Amino acid sequence: MRWTWRQLTSMRTALILLLLLAAAAVPGSVYPQRSADPNGVAKFFDDAPELAKALDAIQLFDVYTSVWFSAIYILLFVSLIGCVIPRTGVHYRHLREEPVETPSNLGRMPAFTSAKLAKTKQQDALLAAAELLRKQRYRVAARTDATGRRSVSAERGYLRETGNLVFHVALIGVLFAVGLGGGYSYSGQRVVVEGETFVNNLAGYDSFSPGAFFKPEMLTPFSMTLDRFEVQFDLQNQTNIGTPLDFKATVTSRVPASDGTVAEATSTIRVNEPLELPGSKVYLTGNGYAPVITIRDKNGDVAFSGPTEFLPQDKNYTSLGVIKVPDGAGPQFGILSFFYPTQDELTTGARTSIYPDPLDPLLTMNVYIGDLGLDSGAPKNVFELDVKGMTQVAGGKSGVKGLELVPGQTIDLPKNLGTVTFEGVKRFASLDVSYNPGGVWVLLFSLLALAGVTLSLLVPRRRVWVAVDGDQLQVAALARGDDPSLEAVVEDIKAELTGAEPKDQAESR
Amino acid sequence: MILNEQLSQVSLLFVYGAMAFYTFAFLAFVAQLSRLASTKQESRSAASGVEKLGIGLLIIAALGHGAAVLLRGISANRVPWANMYEFALTGSFIVIAIFLFALRLREVRLVATFIAGFTLLVLGLATSVWYVQVKTLPPALQSYWLVIHVLVAVLATAFFTIAAALAVVYLLRNAGWLGKVKGALFGFVRRVLDLFPSNDKLEKSAYRFNIIGFILWSFTLIAGAIWAERAWHRYWGWDTKEVWTFIIWTIYAGYLHANATRGWTGKRSAWLALVGFAAIIFNFTIVNLFFKGLHVYSGLK
Repeated sequence: MRWTWRQLTSMRTALILLLLLAAAAVPGSVYPQRSADPNGVAKFFDDAPELAKALDAIQLFDVYTSVWFSAIYILLFVSLIGCVIPRTGVHYRHLREEPVETPSNLGRMPAFTSAKLAKTKQQDALLAAAELLRKQRYRVAARTDATGRRSVSAERGYLRETGNLVFHVALIGVLFAVGLGGGYSYSGQRVVVEGETFVNNLAGYDSFSPGAFFKPEMLTPFSMTLDRFEVQFDLQNQTNIGTPLDFKATVTSRVPASDGTVAEATSTIRVNEPLELPGSKVYLTGNGYAPVITIRDKNGDVAFSGPTEFLPQDKNYTSLGVIKVPDGAGPQFGILSFFYPTQDELTTGARTSIYPDPLDPLLTMNVYIGDLGLDSGAPKNVFELDVKGMTQVAGGKSGVKGLELVPGQTIDLPKNLGTVTFEGVKRFASLDVSYNPGGVWVLLFSLLALAGVTLSLLVPRRRVWVAVDGDQLQVAALARGDDPSLEAVVEDIKAELTGAEPKDQAESR
Repeated sequence: MILNEQLSQVSLLFVYGAMAFYTFAFLAFVAQLSRLASTKQESRSAASGVEKLGIGLLIIAALGHGAAVLLRGISANRVPWANMYEFALTGSFIVIAIFLFALRLREVRLVATFIAGFTLLVLGLATSVWYVQVKTLPPALQSYWLVIHVLVAVLATAFFTIAAALAVVYLLRNAGWLGKVKGALFGFVRRVLDLFPSNDKLEKSAYRFNIIGFILWSFTLIAGAIWAERAWHRYWGWDTKEVWTFIIWTIYAGYLHANATRGWTGKRSAWLALVGFAAIIFNFTIVNLFFKGLHVYSGLK
């Protein structure tokens, strides 16, 4: 047991665990991760279901929460704690001790120099040495050994080990802050079309990922209306046409106060400028077009109406949307639709968009008749139309040309399904409401760790001895850890004490 | 925001000019090494003159390189490190700048060939494969954290690069096979390696560059997390670039532990430093170009 513990807390183990941790992190960048890229995981399962199942069995889609990854970092932290506790005790005692006895043979030290002292200086050399070393922030003690040799023993750089311990303890702090903060955190995503209002409750989100200790009461009450979404694309610089210059959401938020009043405020949200509300922050994470479409059935009754969010497919915002019409007078049907903000035709005859602003918008539609599968009760992705088992009646190989509409236009749907009107275009913003109480603690502990590691790597820790043996002045130094200036230190001290110029150190090698 | 495409062309001309001088400097340093490794005394004594010539050429190249960085920034009206081309351009300049400052160290002076060659290679790739015309900043990059986070990452990379060069020398000199193989070229390489200071000094020197790199890399990681919290609504999300930043940090943390572990100093720690550097290069090239993630700023299709 003791042997196991000593092995676990040894430096070599820490080193091997660190390398293992680095290696274990690699697959998470190769395979899509559920946390960062859930769509990528779903696509992997579609493309290679057998392989995906095998990979999933060994948690390769959840690397950073997997058993094996967790095992490595937990072992690493146990090893770290087991190493830091005894070292803290040793360091604490060391801090209260006087510098060590002067070694009997200073000539054996890694840095050593000696010189003959002038008669006049022999008496005071040690006093002067003690004063000099104190001034250079050494801890100093006067020593006389059994042979009667008098000396000064000095040590500096206690901060090196302090920094080292602070660094490791701060890492434990980071780990706890990440874990606890993550538990009490939440993040919810919501797509809002211009003019729409979002209310902060669970039902208001399109997707929501709560931490382990999340409770719905943690959602602070507020509502928010997307008044405008403005996009600026470059039309001026030849090489830069169509590059987004600015995304700006103008929102009106309403936060109820404890006295029953409601504080209303208009503010802007940009990609790097989230809106801070009490208890959460609202981020802008995406945007796109929501064409406003109205569908009437053969009797002229409205079967579908409103802005529909289309997902951008390229940088010129060629966008793909799905419309499902389950409750018209005729059969159920669905529409796969492309929106081109600034339409153009490729030489192949295919449509494309050549600029992301709606300068010359066009909406195209392929229509499918058949069961939309909405009655089975299974959740359906609103951005997907499963055309398996449906009959295409417009576009593709159906024999009927796909529908094409410009804003304001109304045309007939095939097979007497009714009419469709393209009323106009609005924009939508993807908003993310996030709360993570751990963030500020993670930052504090990280900065503490940075300060600690900087001290532990850059503060030189060394012992210096100055002894007078007859008319000989001896200066020796021993570094604990890396110390680039050990040689120079003993030479400088000798020079100060003998009053000579230090040896030329220009050719440093 | 007006972009000055013509000025960016002038910047590119400066890059080409700098590349020419880096080539001359590289050749001069090779000539210097061959003289130093020569068996003839008179040839050896002529080496320092050739070295001075090489350093002079390197300084001219660095001035042109610096002008190219500056002009690229002015033409884009922002910091010149928003895509892969610009990162390579500015990053290699900072490697050279730090190298010129560290020239007074002999072991550093002797890797001049490596550094000049490395810079030439990076600039060659940057101008031929990674080049993009000057562009404005996409909204996600419109933050002062671009200045801090990326600049410190460049600095860290520069320190790691110089340390990696020293580690290569260390490993070659301590490679058993190199001592045994026959051939004029290998003999030459052996004599060049003998020019470097003792193993102990080489190791310490590499260590010092690596610790500075490590501190800067830690800062890069923290600054990136602060920025991610503002731009991507979470401070850490295991994005591919975040993963690799973490991997690199962990490898170099292992390197630091190796230097305090009996049996792991010397060759093993030098190998670790090289593995860390390989991860940095991988992160900059393969992860940038082929891995899916949020850090998609190469500007290449």
